[in-house]
Amino acid sequence: MKKRSLIPILYIAFLMLPIYWLVAMSFKTTNEILSGFSLFPQTFTLENYITIFTDPTWYWGYINSILYVTINTVLSVCVALPAAYAFSRYRFLGDKQLFFWLLTNRMAPAAVFALPFFQLYSSIGLFDTHLAVALAHTLFNVPLAVWILEGFMRGIPKELDETAYVDGYSFPRFFVTIFLPNIKAGVGVAAFFCFMFSWVEMLLAKTLTAVEAKPIAAVMTRTASSAGYELGLLAAAGTLTIIPGAIVIWFVRNYIARGFAMGRV
Amino acid sequence: MRTENQKAWFFVLPVLALVAFNALVPMMTVVNYSVQETFGNNQFFWEGLGWFEQILRSDRFQAALGRQFLFTFLILIIEVPLGIIVALSMPRKGFWVPVCLVLMALPMLIPWNVVGSMWNIFTLPKIGLLGYFLNDVLGINYDMTQQPISAWITVIVMDVWHWTSLVVLLCYAGLVSIPDAYYQAAKIDGASPWSVFRYIQLPKMKTVLTIAVLLRFMDSFNIYTEPFVLTGGGPGNSTTLLSIDLVKIALGQFDLGPAAAMSLIYFAITLLVSWVFYTLMTKDDAE
Repeated sequence: MKKRSLIPILYIAFLMLPIYWLVAMSFKTTNEILSGFSLFPQTFTLENYITIFTDPTWYWGYINSILYVTINTVLSVCVALPAAYAFSRYRFLGDKQLFFWLLTNRMAPAAVFALPFFQLYSSIGLFDTHLAVALAHTLFNVPLAVWILEGFMRGIPKELDETAYVDGYSFPRFFVTIFLPNIKAGVGVAAFFCFMFSWVEMLLAKTLTAVEAKPIAAVMTRTASSAGYELGLLAAAGTLTIIPGAIVIWFVRNYIARGFAMGRV
Repeated sequence: MRTENQKAWFFVLPVLALVAFNALVPMMTVVNYSVQETFGNNQFFWEGLGWFEQILRSDRFQAALGRQFLFTFLILIIEVPLGIIVALSMPRKGFWVPVCLVLMALPMLIPWNVVGSMWNIFTLPKIGLLGYFLNDVLGINYDMTQQPISAWITVIVMDVWHWTSLVVLLCYAGLVSIPDAYYQAAKIDGASPWSVFRYIQLPKMKTVLTIAVLLRFMDSFNIYTEPFVLTGGGPGNSTTLLSIDLVKIALGQFDLGPAAAMSLIYFAITLLVSWVFYTLMTKDDAE
């Protein structure tokens, strides 16, 4: 039994090493980083974090990212809910084809869409807004949310719907007061995945913004190239991007495995 | 059983409108560019299928495609078995389960450019933990910016670090759904660990494994940000995968025609392979 638990421990150690290194670097001074190797910060400094929290370009990067991620998550889940219900409950003309077509958008390389998205959102005057990034990210998040929610809804017996109709519930009332509480785990997991993929995506977010809605990732690349090579600052900024993910994942920890299986276990 | 109801289309309409706006308009733009030649000033000339022919014949595209398939193949044959092994050895119950799951999922929640930067910092010679360890402790000459082999190994290890947990979590979800009675029955029959794996665990993991392979295929085939931030496609062109090459042509050189033709070929390949996986998956669902 003991020998078996060695594998997950080793694996997790492997996962944590680069993260440790990033965090350790963020507490080092630039001098220490460049002067040679040290396993722990020798002169512990919060300088890098202070820079980020006092410079508007830096902290607005975080606010911008969180804003478009939130808009995207709310939008994706709201439109995906009725669609997933339809897919899980009804057969209709072209349902399978539609479902597959939705999934194909999850397969599309973001690089293919970078330039056309730029032109599309510029022409409708949404370039450099949070809404543009949020809308662009629905391309892959809506299909994903539909897929996950459909998996969870399929597990709810149809008798629930029928009983509610017999009891005289209207559809909207049934959906909100009875059905939604039954799939709240699914909604949580879908929201988590939308958050996750919108938070980590970079190419489109960068292409669709310039100044006003610039995501943290773009601020980081600019710093990496222009202001010398401030590794400490870059590490601190990177460390801060891990925190929102770590927080949301804690909320869905009991459903995460099932969520990754798209509710299909 | 699902009932036939055409009104269900109304439920799907919002999704349809949103995704159509996002997918069809850009796709038409790409198709439009792919058959035309432009010299700026918004003047376009009909080019037919010329760009497609040029791209398919070009050494550059073929090389990038080859690297892309090699990359996807390598990460699949490492991540899938490794993920299964880790999932099998994980505890099924108790305090450590959520802790393991959260720690394992953490790499997937890090923005992709940060993943690239993180591995860059981690592997720098003299400064990075791994770079220092390999060069100064083990005495291996390792420099990602000079040696294509080192760059390849780093990109692969980075992806294994980043995404193996997806396979672990999926397999784990499949494993916990096996009732205890199955294991007890196997014990009574005196089944070996191998036959427990082969006849109880593997069949239960089949669906989730297909999802894992499908997702890993799609995402690794479309990978852009992490290797771009880590190596920039170099040294030389040795780690220039398809997406990196495409962005170079489209946003760097602004060669719209070839870029559009390449986009369509690229998308078609992804679609074709994914469709095969999808058919396999839904075949299982139907049974």
